[in-house]
Amino acid sequence: MALIEVKNLKYSYDQKKPAVDDVSFEIEKGLYYTIIGHNGSGKSTIAKLIAGLLEKESGEIIIDGMPLNRENLYKIRSKIGIVFQNPDNQFIGSTVQDDIAFSLENHCVPQEEMDDIINTFAEKVGMTKYLHSEPTHLSGGQKQRVAIAGVLAMNPQILIFDEATSMLDPQGKAEIKKVIMDLHENSGLTILSITHDIDEVVTSDKVMVLYEGKIAMFDTPEEIFKDEKTLVKLRLDVPYCLKFANELKKYGVDPGHEITTEGLVEKLWQSSLKK
Amino acid sequence: MAIKFEKVSHVYSDGTPYRYVALADVDLELTEGKMTAIIGQTGSGKSTLVQHLNALLLPTSGKLTVLDKVIEVGKEQKGLKALRGQVGLVFQFPEYQLFEETVLKDVAFGPKNFGLKEEEANEKARQAMTMVGLGKEYEERSPLEMSGGQKRRTAIAGILAMDPKVLVLDEPTAGLDPAGTKSMMELFRKLNKEYGKTVLIVTHDMEQVFAYCDEVVVVENGKIRVHTTVEDFFRDSTECRKMGVLPPDLIVLKEMLRDKGFKVPEGSVTMKELAKTIAGQVKKHG
Repeated sequence: MALIEVKNLKYSYDQKKPAVDDVSFEIEKGLYYTIIGHNGSGKSTIAKLIAGLLEKESGEIIIDGMPLNRENLYKIRSKIGIVFQNPDNQFIGSTVQDDIAFSLENHCVPQEEMDDIINTFAEKVGMTKYLHSEPTHLSGGQKQRVAIAGVLAMNPQILIFDEATSMLDPQGKAEIKKVIMDLHENSGLTILSITHDIDEVVTSDKVMVLYEGKIAMFDTPEEIFKDEKTLVKLRLDVPYCLKFANELKKYGVDPGHEITTEGLVEKLWQSSLKK
Repeated sequence: MAIKFEKVSHVYSDGTPYRYVALADVDLELTEGKMTAIIGQTGSGKSTLVQHLNALLLPTSGKLTVLDKVIEVGKEQKGLKALRGQVGLVFQFPEYQLFEETVLKDVAFGPKNFGLKEEEANEKARQAMTMVGLGKEYEERSPLEMSGGQKRRTAIAGILAMDPKVLVLDEPTAGLDPAGTKSMMELFRKLNKEYGKTVLIVTHDMEQVFAYCDEVVVVENGKIRVHTTVEDFFRDSTECRKMGVLPPDLIVLKEMLRDKGFKVPEGSVTMKELAKTIAGQVKKHG
């Protein structure tokens, strides 16, 4: 059984055009999904609907066997953690420690258990040294890591990143991508990451491509990037190595379908040796 | 010389325990008509640097020449308002600063504020809207009803309506999708090449620097560490790696091919040229 089942989901912000338009899909447990699409394609809206932050207009969302409705809302929310784009908008505590504790306090976790939980998750995101630091002394990447720790402390099954790296500088982006990869490999969490970062897409298990509120493609990165023409039409980019492979074809060399630069270079080297 | 920093320093909160030297004895000359990237890590001083260009910040020591205005510490500052009309500064997420009821009113706000009559200001606004690719049909729209990319264009048009000679943009493509990023960069190229604006872009994205800019300025610890041509800067990935940023894809690919054992051309090369030489080497061994 899929962990998340979405059937004929619809949502509109205004009368004009639905932001999410009759969308159906399934999310399997333990996989790492990336969600891509142009600005306004419905990516964040879908994430917010799944997390119960927006109420659907019609359709069905079933999470871990439970339909998402008013009755189940809090049970379902406890299964889902979400990290947003702007690091400054989600830091509540006066120190890193307080910030991670905030959600624990809200869930009435006893004081004596808190320290352990805070330490465990601060360590997971590499913020142990900063437990007493104030947010003004942290970089964007560090604030986002604290946000992730706070969410992990709630012990969710599903983790949603809503462009969590897009406002960060290159160091911050790299830090957060590393944390996401690490969680994917070691935690068994189901991860949904909304992103514009093609390199991140390549590392995910499955990619959902949205266009004007509908799912345009939903497949492994290998398959998605086979259809370059469609991607360009959907206002998206393709990995650079595929562009280079196209150039090579013009000169009579077909390196096949490699979606990473490493893979492409290796393939080219092999075929230059073989002959 | 359009812009010249001579031993310019900027110290925040001098004389307090929070004293912070953001710029330290900066010497820098920027040529008119170029498209220049200002890069550097967070906290390096880039924002402080660009805010000097239209006198939002004044040097705490040193001499700064922008267009024909000389700003020197200790001398009376006149004509700063005129300078602010000549150097347009576009902050990050400028769309947050839209406030008027219609796009035309918002874009015309700047020139009106600088004393133009309503009709003249509207004329300037219409020209600026054309420059950024917003047609007549947008004039009476509410800025709030537009997409993210259109809002940003509106905000940039608001700066262009003042007819600046120099346009300074602080991370102008942050948060845009790949297609939006590309069309925004094409817009700046057009403003530079067709309208002759001197363009300065603060960015972290080396692809943009590589594809669109003429020169690169690297700010580090409040100093200018590098000022060179884009071609020279991306000769290899050394400079990017020093700064901890991803080099452009083409440079990464070129170096990976070289490290594997392929012969790759020294110096700058286009993707086409690289494909041609690599295809030649793959086939030759056949």
